[in-house]
Amino acid sequence: MQFRAYAIALSLLCALVLQIMPMPASVDLYRPEWVLLVLSYWTLALPHRVNIGIAFINGLILDILLGSSLGVHSLAMCVSIYVLAANYQRLRNYSVWQQAIVIGVTSAFYNLIVFWLQHMLTDVYFLITYMWPVVSSMVIWPWLFWLLRKLRRQLRLS
Amino acid sequence: MNPIFSSGPSLQNKLAFGLILSVSLIIFDHKFNGFGTTRVYLNSLVSPLQYLANLPGELIDASLTRLSSHEQLLDENAQLTLQATLMSQELQRMTFLKEENSRLRRLLNSPAKQHTRKEVAELMAVDNNPYSHQILINKGALNGVYEGQAVLDENGIVGQIMQVSSTNSRVLLIADITHAIPVRVARNNLRLVVSGSGSLDELHIQHVSHSADLKEGDLLLSSGLGRVFPEGYPVAEITSIVRDETRPFAVVRAKPVAQLDRLKYLLLLWSEDDENSQISAEEEAP
Repeated sequence: MQFRAYAIALSLLCALVLQIMPMPASVDLYRPEWVLLVLSYWTLALPHRVNIGIAFINGLILDILLGSSLGVHSLAMCVSIYVLAANYQRLRNYSVWQQAIVIGVTSAFYNLIVFWLQHMLTDVYFLITYMWPVVSSMVIWPWLFWLLRKLRRQLRLS
Repeated sequence: MNPIFSSGPSLQNKLAFGLILSVSLIIFDHKFNGFGTTRVYLNSLVSPLQYLANLPGELIDASLTRLSSHEQLLDENAQLTLQATLMSQELQRMTFLKEENSRLRRLLNSPAKQHTRKEVAELMAVDNNPYSHQILINKGALNGVYEGQAVLDENGIVGQIMQVSSTNSRVLLIADITHAIPVRVARNNLRLVVSGSGSLDELHIQHVSHSADLKEGDLLLSSGLGRVFPEGYPVAEITSIVRDETRPFAVVRAKPVAQLDRLKYLLLLWSEDDENSQISAEEEAP
């Protein structure tokens, strides 16, 4: 019963840990956007429980963990999750592979917003390698979707 | 709980609220630097997450040390003994030179700054934020770490402390695009400013005139002029100079002496100055 109440929070916690886990530099480039993926799943599955508010909080935690200016990731996260939350009824009917493409586009959008904000604050310049997480997020989505759906059905979350 | 008729503020209002809050946070944090002390608490608040994320790597490390073979250890031991012998020989010479130097300095009435307190810190995490180069070390405000403190490794200067939390702190590497450090050329004392390029193995030197006496392979030492870094530690080595007369300045690139991509143990320095000022501040306080 306890676990049922905290399942969503725990899955988001796991995503945050995966997002900041130290990795060798060569693997680090391809790290999927774990937090965005897990948030996207819950937004599509239970939009009345997880939406922009939770996204904002998670973005803020990411900002603190990654040492960027407060508000950068939270803004990007809010906008990306808004797009998904506004269209959840349509997106639910898509097949998992179509969803993966939508998730890929969303994560590209998210990465570009973060880059754009960082570019305004400090003068970083764009490298195409910054976009590798988009590909890895798309590849990981079907498996994550399957895993989280299993979790949701097992615990009958609604 | 009917998702068709949702209650509470609409999605658009939530988005607008989130955007306004984020933008004001960005402006407050970046433009006015308004979270100076709050960030210490925020960092301490999320540090359990960082320790949790570090756990698998530490477990692998620990099991690797257990599994390392007897032969390997013997080899390493022999190598370290050799190194220690060489070092101690250098050290004997060093004490002599140090004394001589301080005597000469005294004659000139300008004592060199001594760094009294040193502490070794260990790398905890490397940020995966591709836009900035920061690392996390396992010493914090409880150990007396302060913002702007110089961080070194065994080869040279690594960076400076950017944010402090109670048990760990964040180091901005010299390769970060927002970082710059005043240096001088070891060969002829020419003063330069080395700024980060955003990639770990390259640094840029800006505003160098075409006639400046620079060569490839010149060693750049910290000049201590910015009052952040101590004087005389190696920073970088010049790798390429392009003297294109159509441009206003020569394009000079350098390579950091410290191995920024394979840091493990780091050295924190407390300068005598700071300690004195801290003590005097404490004395004045009551």
